[in-house]
Amino acid sequence: MKPLVFAAAFSAATLLAQGAAPDAANGKKLFLRDGCYECHGYAGQGGRDGARIAVIGLNAQGLIHYVRAPAGAMPAYTDKVITDQELTDIHAYLQTMAKAKPAKDIPLLNDLYKK
Amino acid sequence: MARSKKISVDRRGFLKGAAAGAAALVARPEAAKAQDAAEVHRPATPTPLPGAKQTASETTPPPHVDVWTTDRPGSDFMVDVIKTLGFEYVAANPGSAFRGIHESLINYGGNKAPELLTCCHEESSIAMAHGYYKIEGKPMMVMAHGTVGLQHASMAIYNAYADRVPVYLLLGNIQDGAWRRSDVEWAHSVQDAASMVRDYTKWDDSPVSLGGFAESAVRAYKIAMTPPMEPIVIVADAVLQEEPIPEADRGRLQIPKLTLASPPAGDYGAIKEAAKMLVAAENPVIVAGRVARTPEGINLLVQLAETLQAPVIDRNLRMNFPTAHPLYGAGTVGGADVVLGLEVPDMWQVTHTQTPVNKMGMESKRVTKPGAKVITIFAGDLFGKSNYQDFGRYDEVDLAIAADAQATLPMLIDECRKLITADRKAVIQARAAKLAEVSRRNRERDIEQAAWGWDASPVTTARMAAELWNQIKTEDWSLVSDVTFVSWWPRRLWDFDKPYHFIGGHGAYGVGYGAPAAVGAALANKKHGRISVNIQCDGDLNYAPGVLWTAAHHRIPMLNIMHNNRAYHQELMYVEDMAARARRGVDRAGIGTAITDPNIDYAMMAKAYGMFSEGPIENPNDLGPAIKRAIEVVKKGEPAMIDVVTQPR
Repeated sequence: MKPLVFAAAFSAATLLAQGAAPDAANGKKLFLRDGCYECHGYAGQGGRDGARIAVIGLNAQGLIHYVRAPAGAMPAYTDKVITDQELTDIHAYLQTMAKAKPAKDIPLLNDLYKK
Repeated sequence: MARSKKISVDRRGFLKGAAAGAAALVARPEAAKAQDAAEVHRPATPTPLPGAKQTASETTPPPHVDVWTTDRPGSDFMVDVIKTLGFEYVAANPGSAFRGIHESLINYGGNKAPELLTCCHEESSIAMAHGYYKIEGKPMMVMAHGTVGLQHASMAIYNAYADRVPVYLLLGNIQDGAWRRSDVEWAHSVQDAASMVRDYTKWDDSPVSLGGFAESAVRAYKIAMTPPMEPIVIVADAVLQEEPIPEADRGRLQIPKLTLASPPAGDYGAIKEAAKMLVAAENPVIVAGRVARTPEGINLLVQLAETLQAPVIDRNLRMNFPTAHPLYGAGTVGGADVVLGLEVPDMWQVTHTQTPVNKMGMESKRVTKPGAKVITIFAGDLFGKSNYQDFGRYDEVDLAIAADAQATLPMLIDECRKLITADRKAVIQARAAKLAEVSRRNRERDIEQAAWGWDASPVTTARMAAELWNQIKTEDWSLVSDVTFVSWWPRRLWDFDKPYHFIGGHGAYGVGYGAPAAVGAALANKKHGRISVNIQCDGDLNYAPGVLWTAAHHRIPMLNIMHNNRAYHQELMYVEDMAARARRGVDRAGIGTAITDPNIDYAMMAKAYGMFSEGPIENPNDLGPAIKRAIEVVKKGEPAMIDVVTQPR
């Protein structure tokens, strides 16, 4: 598995160095078209079947590495179905998603702390 | 015999005569009307005078015809038997093969205990009984036609079977071909009616006499209610139903006394061994499947967990353990040195990682620590079937106790308490604060996670759960639906502590369970005045939405909140998985799985069935007020629906 990860990392780094600038608007289209929302939610909030990815902590290369060889239950997406550039655009879109307000600032959630 | 006073012809001859007489009575006036109409349009044509035969038939009383009645059909006795079993309700979509019992229930039986529930699909009848049991703790009776009705019912029976729920199913059938009329219903009978569902029922019988029916009916109830509980089938022959009770039987027919068997408790030696392992453990963990059969089951599980200070991982199959308890979810299987599985149907899943779809199934890794011991107490070890399956990979465990967990818990608790020395007590108590802190952190993590996408549209399932909780937390509420498809949010945010707060899920993932099971559970809650809440998946509702009418017709108060993600979403994800694996067309997974174009208007659907409704709601800020209005309707004793357009999970 490791050689594949390194290969993916090299490929991504190369493309990112040479490719177009990240396009968040295109990333949104791809997020919906390729079904990212199915497990991660339209708001990237996560759920039973996928982790929260809104304002994702990984950088673009990290995201590409993970998508090519995920460690959890997520299926692997090869560059035949999603290119590195497309994942870079998706990554840019994820960075534009709304960050959660603190739960304490949401009355219905704040009430749940009071136990 | 209780036939009419004059039975002078053989039955077949009599039936022919009766049919011919009836035809004459009806046909002549129609023919005469046709003649009259023709006369109006042909005024110039002379009207022929009726012949002597016709005149006689119209002016003299018809010849005497025997009619066949009875004051005591066999189905009356069947109802006597049914009434001794204490059913509150019988659910049925009407069917010719049990029309005798149907009539006896509503007239002879007065439509009370049991009361007939009008269902629009046999799958709904069974699933209503499924949900009802999980609140009421006793079976609902269901009636169905022995061929086509059972075919409709079969998926729901498999669900109940996998969920260890007793459903009492009575099928109508006419075994004897010589008694069949020419009507279509009796041409379509069956030699062995229960065979179609024998692979996923616990027992069945086709009694050939009323005395046999009484014994089989009582025996079936006892078998269904003995753990592991499962559905049973009794076939009520239509001839037995409709023919009079034979004179010779009238003085001697008896209904046997029902004595339920005590649930099987575990072997004492094995229980002592389990207690020894648990008390000696540094980090024991309890995994709860379908543990609590009664409210006492919850108390016992709390006692065991507190005795050992062992965290409880709840598989969400029953209301087992209070969600606000400091031991709830406060540990992991991977961190345990002893794992106790209580009524867990697939222990392998608990002790192994989930294999991604793009890896081989055999690649799953065991998550338990090296040397960790696994103990199971499982009534499923006492009963199994080969063909229709309800098991996964083989579970490698260290001690397997074939017994009902709830019945075994008192002895296990006692044995653990006996073994806890002062030293062990100190170790056990030292765990308490640490576990409480883990539980508290888990809760805070869930609350913080719920904030993500709070204002998003479609509405997040976390927001939906939080809005619901805000409206019901001061009410006497009952969640009558599963939580699997909404990321378990109610179980993560609400405080579940009453036996009726949660009913678990479908059993065999047979979609179509949700709506009718919720209606059945809400019916059981009705007499207690509880607010029943059903988070209803859209795909599930579309299998047999007529159950909404059943809820409205029978005035079953319940709040239905549509989880309208506009897809068969589990399958959408599976197809996406397959596309990713095949490295093609990941943008096409919605074909055959999306429920869009057109979007279904569930509020309009509910209205069509006579139910209060609002929606579709897409703005999350509109949800709270809508729920509040719907609850006011529910409090008046009616069902209501709010259609919410939601995030996928």
